[in-house]
Amino acid sequence: MATSYPPPRPRKKLRVATASLAGCFGCHMSLLDIDERLVDLLEEIELDASPLTDIKAVGPCDLALIEGGLCNAENVRVLRELRSHCRFLVAVGACAINGGLPAQRNHIDVRDCLQTVYLTGLGVSRGFIPNDPELPLPLDKVHPLHDVVKIDYFLPGCPPPADAIWQFLRDLIAGRTPQLGHGLIHYD
Amino acid sequence: MTDAFSLDGYDVPFTGGQTILQAALAARRYIPHLCYHPAFRPHGSCKVCTVKVNGRTVASCTTPARAGDEVESESPEIRDLRRNLVQFLFVEGNHFCPSCEQSGQCMLQAVAYDLGVTRLHYTQMFPDRPIDASHPEVLLDFNRCILCELCVRASAEVDGKSVFALSGRGIRKHLIVNAESGRLADTNLAVTDAAVSVCPVGVILRKRRGFAAPIGQRRYDPKPIRAMDEPADGEEG
Repeated sequence: MATSYPPPRPRKKLRVATASLAGCFGCHMSLLDIDERLVDLLEEIELDASPLTDIKAVGPCDLALIEGGLCNAENVRVLRELRSHCRFLVAVGACAINGGLPAQRNHIDVRDCLQTVYLTGLGVSRGFIPNDPELPLPLDKVHPLHDVVKIDYFLPGCPPPADAIWQFLRDLIAGRTPQLGHGLIHYD
Repeated sequence: MTDAFSLDGYDVPFTGGQTILQAALAARRYIPHLCYHPAFRPHGSCKVCTVKVNGRTVASCTTPARAGDEVESESPEIRDLRRNLVQFLFVEGNHFCPSCEQSGQCMLQAVAYDLGVTRLHYTQMFPDRPIDASHPEVLLDFNRCILCELCVRASAEVDGKSVFALSGRGIRKHLIVNAESGRLADTNLAVTDAAVSVCPVGVILRKRRGFAAPIGQRRYDPKPIRAMDEPADGEEG
């Protein structure tokens, strides 16, 4: 006897947030670099808060792709908000994973650093250290994301190649643990 | 009949005096390693080549091959252990691959790729290690040192100069330069010395040669380190 099944429900799209903290937007550019595959991707995901949608407040999400490390208090606030709203956080790129270029100030005292940049540096005249209350306070050290919240996945590269981002997202969408082979895993 | 041991179920032949690592590499069975170099006596310090021999963990670079031994190398347990060692090395120093001229030619990076390291796991120490740019032809960037002592061995055994040494114990252990001033310019190091080309990472760099090989043509770009024919010796490609 033939069994009748209910018709398949339309697949729910994954809700994805993206953010750039102490990064350079290079990882976002690499995401856009998956080119026409973006059309396929948008069949599977919908974007929530992201510089690409300009939505500022994050809602409940399945996934957040986070570029950049933590160099100021605002970065930490945004990261904690993403953690509390998203099931999985992905540290995307060198800065999110090990602090990257911004972390190369970590062996310099933050006061000395600001003084050199804004007061005593070469070519600086009548400088002052910015202190507008709207500016987030810098942290004394730049931190990778996993120093502050639990990170579920790491996607290295500076930036990760578009093919690596594509493969990573395909694996996640298909419910597989992402695997990056030779040529897709690199730190530079 | 030649003697052989079993490496992950494969028979690996060996000749008298060979260590497990030497025999495995000769048989084209890669075991990840950092401080081992075929031109120098095995050192056994980085422990990345650790294997299990009949259930005991040993450094394969210093353990003599023995007929009939069961050697386990690619098991999840041993790979996890190696991954931890490599993560320790990354957090102990300042390893910023995107701005390193040895990226793509670096053995630490290539071994980390092989082990599938995508995260640091541990808290970075961000040590303060000033570079030494005093020498006219050679730059020292101590931030990337993994304490393999290959430069120490090459300088003493090949160059006969003993320009480098390790000083301190435990986490304070670090590479030093054998001059009263501590500066490389005050040694008799020459750019042609074996010690200059042996560094497997990006500590000892020839000046004015940075980024000589374009991305795609660097040593470890075409194929992963375990598929390489010859062990790398740090010479820029």
